[in-house]
Amino acid sequence: MNSSLILAQAASTQAASTQAASTQVGNPWVNIAIFTAFVGVTLVIVLRASKNNKTAADYYAGGRSFTGTQNGTAIAGDYLSAASFLGIVGAIAINGYDGFLYSIGFLVAWLVALLLVAELLRNTGKFTMADVLSFRLKQQPVRIAAAVSTLAVCLFYLLAQMAGAGALVSLLLGIDERFGQSLVIVVVGALMILYVLVGGMKGTTWVQIIKACLLIAGAFIMTVWTLAMFGFNFSELLGKAAEVANNPEVLNPGLKYGVSDTSRLDFISLGLALVLGTAGLPHVLMRFYTVPTAKEARKSVVWAIWLIGAFYLFTLVLGYGAGALIGPDKIKAAPGGVNSAAPLLAYELGGTLLLGLISAVAFATILAVVAGLTITAAASFAHDIYASVIAKGKTTPEKEMKVARRTVIIIGVFAILGGIGAQGQNVAFLVALAFAVAASANLPTIIYSLFWRGFKTRGAVFSMYGGLASALILIIFSPVFSGSETSMIPSLDIAFFPLANPGIVSIPLAFLLGWIGSVTDKGREDEQKGAEMEVRSLTGVGAEKAVDH
Amino acid sequence: MTANSPNDVDSDIDFIAERDSAEFQELRRTHRSFVFPMAIFFLVWYFAYVILADYFHDFMSIKVMGNINVGIVLGLLQFVSTFAITAAYVRFSNNKLDPKATKIRERLEDEGVK
Repeated sequence: MNSSLILAQAASTQAASTQAASTQVGNPWVNIAIFTAFVGVTLVIVLRASKNNKTAADYYAGGRSFTGTQNGTAIAGDYLSAASFLGIVGAIAINGYDGFLYSIGFLVAWLVALLLVAELLRNTGKFTMADVLSFRLKQQPVRIAAAVSTLAVCLFYLLAQMAGAGALVSLLLGIDERFGQSLVIVVVGALMILYVLVGGMKGTTWVQIIKACLLIAGAFIMTVWTLAMFGFNFSELLGKAAEVANNPEVLNPGLKYGVSDTSRLDFISLGLALVLGTAGLPHVLMRFYTVPTAKEARKSVVWAIWLIGAFYLFTLVLGYGAGALIGPDKIKAAPGGVNSAAPLLAYELGGTLLLGLISAVAFATILAVVAGLTITAAASFAHDIYASVIAKGKTTPEKEMKVARRTVIIIGVFAILGGIGAQGQNVAFLVALAFAVAASANLPTIIYSLFWRGFKTRGAVFSMYGGLASALILIIFSPVFSGSETSMIPSLDIAFFPLANPGIVSIPLAFLLGWIGSVTDKGREDEQKGAEMEVRSLTGVGAEKAVDH
Repeated sequence: MTANSPNDVDSDIDFIAERDSAEFQELRRTHRSFVFPMAIFFLVWYFAYVILADYFHDFMSIKVMGNINVGIVLGLLQFVSTFAITAAYVRFSNNKLDPKATKIRERLEDEGVK
């Protein structure tokens, strides 16, 4: 997902190039067969897991019955998307060292989650991010703001994934024409609705666990295989990559982001959004509620960090490996362009069968990430907007879950239509937006409400809406949206903000607004609640016995 | 169901007194004495790396061993430091934080906090 930035950029250009190049490697039928097997197996597991989905805690939080290890694997499954895999491998194969910079940002970001957010959040909330943010502030305004930014992040993320799915799968399955791609999007969307509707958080979690294992195992096998071809000498592999690229600069930073002062500043802005965005992603935060205790939440982040870290190390070998064994020119010329580096490497190493496995894993990945996003958005709407604001707390868990299930269908249909509409669009636009919004709208308020006693309702509302609006506005006026050939709307030119990523402006602004709003808020917050939140967040009182079956 | 929803009132527990108690303040100090310096450290180290990779290409391109240059070494060190901080935090939590937090939690739960 996160690195869909890379994948996406290529995906949009690729939509055009697929028509021209139809040199298909491997056998689409093998890919389809392996993918169908994956769907079959996971569907059985989802059906079994859903048998005891009775309460809201079951549906939203998987009954809080997952162990730290299981949840950590699911987090890795949620976080490592096909884009991470295909996008980063491709970026390293073509842009060399600059592709590696993404991996580092995505990994280091987890320390924010581990040290500052995960356990405290687990101890103070129940189902959604808004539970924590509205704990000691005025319920209604804060809950609505948190739900709005949750929905915004999920929606942009979702659209990016769906649009990416069309492009990616068409490459892997050899479907070139637009109708076929739309059909693929409908199938992905329908499967996702089914998983989430039937399986709830439990089913979704199992899909993510299976997918994470397949993805990491696949990458591991390819890494060992690639290294073995160079006698396990990494330096030799690098040398070969530079030789094939006919450019020693692929080993040094700067190939992509060193072009101009603007691109350099853009990289810092992206780096900021990446490192602070992860701990503000609502679908990642919601995963912390699926474990019974804060200690398990800690364990899940630790496990996730090891898995994600190991995976990004694999991508370094795979990226340069693809560069050395296939070569940047051949990768760029293949259908799917930069995204095809990993599948081409799989084909080079293990032929049709390995390619089929890797392709099926990539498809499964999209399905799992989309399911995680959908359940987060549905929970936020049903729990924060419907139950707390529309029904004013006068609702039953059964009614709330009914609303959540309906929301899943609505979001699913929206994602399908949006995905079809966004085909060939610049998906980077949507993903950059999701990360920037998460870092600007969510993270400042999360940090403030966990660590600053003087934080007040107005500060939370200012920071969330301010962060959301500034991120959106700056993206609309950036070159990603208009004014250049690679823009979302190339014919329009309203760009005045030079950077593709708004983070460097919108994140500090959101922190500032949170502070200004709090110091100017003359109202009093409930001090008893504030003290309660502080005590609960650090001790986990009450929350530890959250499992009730 | 858990009772830690903001709508539930635990009227008989004085959380303000609890928060201001020496025992809780000690826990809070211990927690912050680790996570704040560590968070500042890894953010500074991460952005130092980003700025080096962004603006100091010549330095990053110096070969260290064979084709492996300073950039690759520093990048891999980011992985190492992330793993090390994670391990250090787990150790610290298990040894220093959990015993203190558990003591307060069990006492409060005995007093009827849900």
